[in-house]
Amino acid sequence: MCRQRMMESFSPASMESTYQMPRSLDASLIPLSERALQPNRGVPLNLDWIDAVRVNTSALERRAATLVTRRSVKKDWQAAWLLRAISCMDLTTLSGDDTEQRVLRLCAKGRQPVQRSILKQLGLESFELKVAAICVYHTFVEAALRGTEGSGIKVAAVSTGFPTGLSPLAERVGEIRRSVEAGAHEIDVVITRAHVFAARWQALYDEIATFKEACGRAHMKVILGTGDLATLRNVARASMVAMMAGADFIKTSTGKEAVNATLPVGLVMTRAIREYAQQTGMSVGFKPAGGIRTAKQSLEWLSLMKEELGDLWLNATLFRFGASGMLADIERQLEYYATGRYSADYRHPIA
Amino acid sequence: MRQDVTPPTIGTQSPEIMSKIAEKFVSMEYGPAIEDPKEALAWLDGHQRRFGHFINGAWQPPVAGEHFQTADPSTGQELATVAQGSAADIELAVKSARAAFAGWNSLSGHLRARYLYALARQVQKHSRRLAVLETLDNGKTIRESRDLDIPLVARHFYHHAGWAQLLEQEFPGYVACGVVGQIIPWNFPLLMLAWKIAPALAAGNTLVLKPAEFTPLTALAFAEICQEIGLPAGVVNIVTGDGRAGEALVNHPDVDKIAFTGSTEVGRAIRKATSQSHKRLSLELGGKSPFVIFDDADLDSAVEGLVDGIWLNQGQVCCAGSRLLMQESVADKLVAKIRTRMETLRVGAPLDKAVDVGAIVAPVQLQRIRRLVEQGIAEGANCCQPAAALPTTGLYYPPTLLTNVHPSSVVVQEEIFGPVLAAMTFRTLREAVELANNTTYGLAASVWSENINVALQVASQIKAGVVWVNSTNLFDAACGFGGYRESGYGREGGREGLLEYLEPKWFKNAPPVKNEELVANSEMRPTEPAGAAIDRTVKLYIAGKQARPDSGYSFPVHAPGGQLLGEAPLGNRKDIRNAVEAARKAESWGKATAHNRAQVLYYLGENLARRSEEIAARLARVTGEEQARKELSGAVERIFCYAAWADKFDGAVHNPPFRNVSLAMNEAIGTIGILCPGEAPLLGFLSLVLPAIALGNTVVAIPSEHYPLITADLYQLFDTSDLPAGVVNIVTGRSAELMKVLAEHDDLDAIWCLSSAQNAAQVKALSVGNLKQVFTNEGRSIDWFDPRQGEGRWFLQHAAQVKNIWVPYGE
Repeated sequence: MCRQRMMESFSPASMESTYQMPRSLDASLIPLSERALQPNRGVPLNLDWIDAVRVNTSALERRAATLVTRRSVKKDWQAAWLLRAISCMDLTTLSGDDTEQRVLRLCAKGRQPVQRSILKQLGLESFELKVAAICVYHTFVEAALRGTEGSGIKVAAVSTGFPTGLSPLAERVGEIRRSVEAGAHEIDVVITRAHVFAARWQALYDEIATFKEACGRAHMKVILGTGDLATLRNVARASMVAMMAGADFIKTSTGKEAVNATLPVGLVMTRAIREYAQQTGMSVGFKPAGGIRTAKQSLEWLSLMKEELGDLWLNATLFRFGASGMLADIERQLEYYATGRYSADYRHPIA
Repeated sequence: MRQDVTPPTIGTQSPEIMSKIAEKFVSMEYGPAIEDPKEALAWLDGHQRRFGHFINGAWQPPVAGEHFQTADPSTGQELATVAQGSAADIELAVKSARAAFAGWNSLSGHLRARYLYALARQVQKHSRRLAVLETLDNGKTIRESRDLDIPLVARHFYHHAGWAQLLEQEFPGYVACGVVGQIIPWNFPLLMLAWKIAPALAAGNTLVLKPAEFTPLTALAFAEICQEIGLPAGVVNIVTGDGRAGEALVNHPDVDKIAFTGSTEVGRAIRKATSQSHKRLSLELGGKSPFVIFDDADLDSAVEGLVDGIWLNQGQVCCAGSRLLMQESVADKLVAKIRTRMETLRVGAPLDKAVDVGAIVAPVQLQRIRRLVEQGIAEGANCCQPAAALPTTGLYYPPTLLTNVHPSSVVVQEEIFGPVLAAMTFRTLREAVELANNTTYGLAASVWSENINVALQVASQIKAGVVWVNSTNLFDAACGFGGYRESGYGREGGREGLLEYLEPKWFKNAPPVKNEELVANSEMRPTEPAGAAIDRTVKLYIAGKQARPDSGYSFPVHAPGGQLLGEAPLGNRKDIRNAVEAARKAESWGKATAHNRAQVLYYLGENLARRSEEIAARLARVTGEEQARKELSGAVERIFCYAAWADKFDGAVHNPPFRNVSLAMNEAIGTIGILCPGEAPLLGFLSLVLPAIALGNTVVAIPSEHYPLITADLYQLFDTSDLPAGVVNIVTGRSAELMKVLAEHDDLDAIWCLSSAQNAAQVKALSVGNLKQVFTNEGRSIDWFDPRQGEGRWFLQHAAQVKNIWVPYGE
């Protein structure tokens, strides 16, 4: 990775206060791009990693603000990135008025997220584009499975007393089991935020580990409720605990908190993922959710992933958007790119 | 366990006919995102790509008819032909500025504010064209010119429109310097122009500005903006060209002040060239700024700080954090993080909106960077650069990290002015400060720690004009920017920056000082020690002790009438050496509380009052009884004045436009050499020494040649008033000779010479060794008996330097 030129040192070996590269590099110092990362199996709780968390809010906000001004994708590249964003979407409906028909409609949109005519104009007739997953309440897992059958689209169920996570543990675990039994491929769990405020890391770890066990072969996304956690340091610590407890993904929000996925929060969580991967050689996915509505935002998040974690985190295996409205905006942008004319909402099939 | 999600398939087509978009869907590369330069090029075309100077509100062809080309460093493509300024052009420009001065200066602050506001507005309206032009001419990335340079330019004019409006209320008794000559560098062409022009105009000066040879275009675009807003002709004049034009400007006799930003080497030459004149001078020079990371820092954020610190503008930033100091325990981790981060820096076409590192400004600069890095490697440095290839054409240098370097390495000592970071380690806070200060420069520093105690402790101890806590390269019009040591003097931005373009009215109108040399004890031939009728033995006063002169000689001191008053020790360069050493050792005086310093001064006043009769009697033999009485009563009052000031010369908290406090702290300069005025042996001495020590400086003073015997009275006072040893040191002797040693002494931070114009000129010329700050009376007479002239803020401002500590906050 680095063109490194080593020369005989003229200086006495006893020189202090100078830096020499160590002879054998600690594994945690090897860049992620040069390591074969394993899926996360979790590790025993290591409180040192929690203690080592440092997040400087102002500096981090500056990085988040300039990160998006440092990168820009245009033309073909932008179209490609927008398609990539779609392929990483967990197309979501989590409303009190959800019905089976509504979920089926969502599934249909997920299978054909962009109109064929637009894809054709982009030279992508045979491009089998689809969203990564459909995300619903447990009640609609069965409908979603029906709606996505044969498409390869995963079905994700929110669980564990979503969105607050305040029902009794046994019920929360039972909820996971029922969704897994119903055939959900992925379970989005929420944590007990109070454990974070009280720094009850062992309790948080145990809770998430219990969820993980209940998930079995299903993929577990741990929602931290970052809007509730209030500080970026809390977000970083909770991220670390969730990963140690075996999270396949860490996810920002339920979409129900006052503040949802923001870039500074995303930056903290991706840095935590990087740190964890450095320490353990295991990769954890990331899912920002809530408040991501525009095509432009999708590009910003993708470039955040590319910059902070690398290209490995640019596909649905390690990156998801939790969104619904964003798809419509992306489709409009793609049509504009294909035709040169600005489009209108009603011209695109709704989800 | 991981559940792999199948990525969308690309259908059955072979890769050859795969859509271009599908290809990019797979690669997820950024692709080019080029800012269209056509508007900026059209503007150049509108001028036929050929420019004259901007003099007296109009374009003027160069008198000598000489031109040169300016090119895009990323392509080598020629952009325009610009005029080479000569002495004749400078002459016209200065004349025009002088002619415009009276009118501009007599405008109300409000009217000047309107013009400055219009400049800000006009810059904003054409911000993108200016940004693109800057990028074309300089090679800096469009992201930086668009998001950093040009918005700060507008902000600077807005802020100073405000100062113009408030000038009379906020700076009563101050007037403009007059015609100002300004010379700016190529690294932030339009921003440096704004930093120079906005305060000059706000304060009521007119000016001639010479942009850097490599980057004249935005200055010329700005000239057009001045026309567009109807700025009165001659207020702003812009003469393009190389160093010859700058030299002519510096040497022009009708320029009242020179403001220069650029290399320390040229700064020295300017100091020397202006030494014979009474031009005021502010210098913003080079740096080798430390970037200190403690083990409790947010390391990822610190690494991003480095990106902004050393890779901003290809490292061609005077305050670039080019010396990385890492706490040993996190060094390996940090280096790994930095190397990883370097891999994602994109080097390439500056107009590409997704590029982090653009082109180096000129071939000569690229060669300098290459040469210094090669020298570093030859000295044993490990050189790490990202793997990605550089563009094949254009002037590029990759982001570079050098490890295994030492304080003695050339890459650690010399300003490289390129994207090159030299990394070292430290063990303790104390060592971090020591390493940070182990440089001849003192422009800026960046300190990273999550512990506010550590961060502020280090910020207070680093010798630099700007310290960024957990941040780097933050700039704002409301905050002063400028250096300690060989990074120059004077500040730009904020109240402290405006003062550089103002002078006390009384001082500007003060009559020339009478030639005092003749009256002095010019017959300073040594006499044999010991004499018949000598009432007391006078010694030097060094390190709180009465010391015999190294020479072993004394010289006679005569009254104006000719009678022998006594003998004073004949100090020489060794005595000065010892005195400076003692003063430097006494620096803890600066760390004493201001209250404590005030107490010592009050005590001094008490003791002087008690002994005033006898001191006056002795003094009367040279000054006459009346002056002696006046000096004594004035002296007691002056002591009270500075005892009062000691804990009241407050700094400020500036308000840059984000969540942050910028603490503008008035810090002692350090050790000051003072050549005291001849006309008032006691009051003159105290009028200079007191403000210096009130703020925590230590002093080596050379008393008036008229009456060096005052030394004996002074040290008895100091000894009895609990003044710590070494805070004031007094060396008597041939003042011209002692002054030369002081002016050349590299461990002296400032020299004050308030005697003759001739001495002032010599002090300025000799001060270039370490670019110590110089304060002189510019050959003007100061009435020490008038408190409006002889005491107060003006002296205190010379005894302090402003350090801006930026402390962002938030959780």
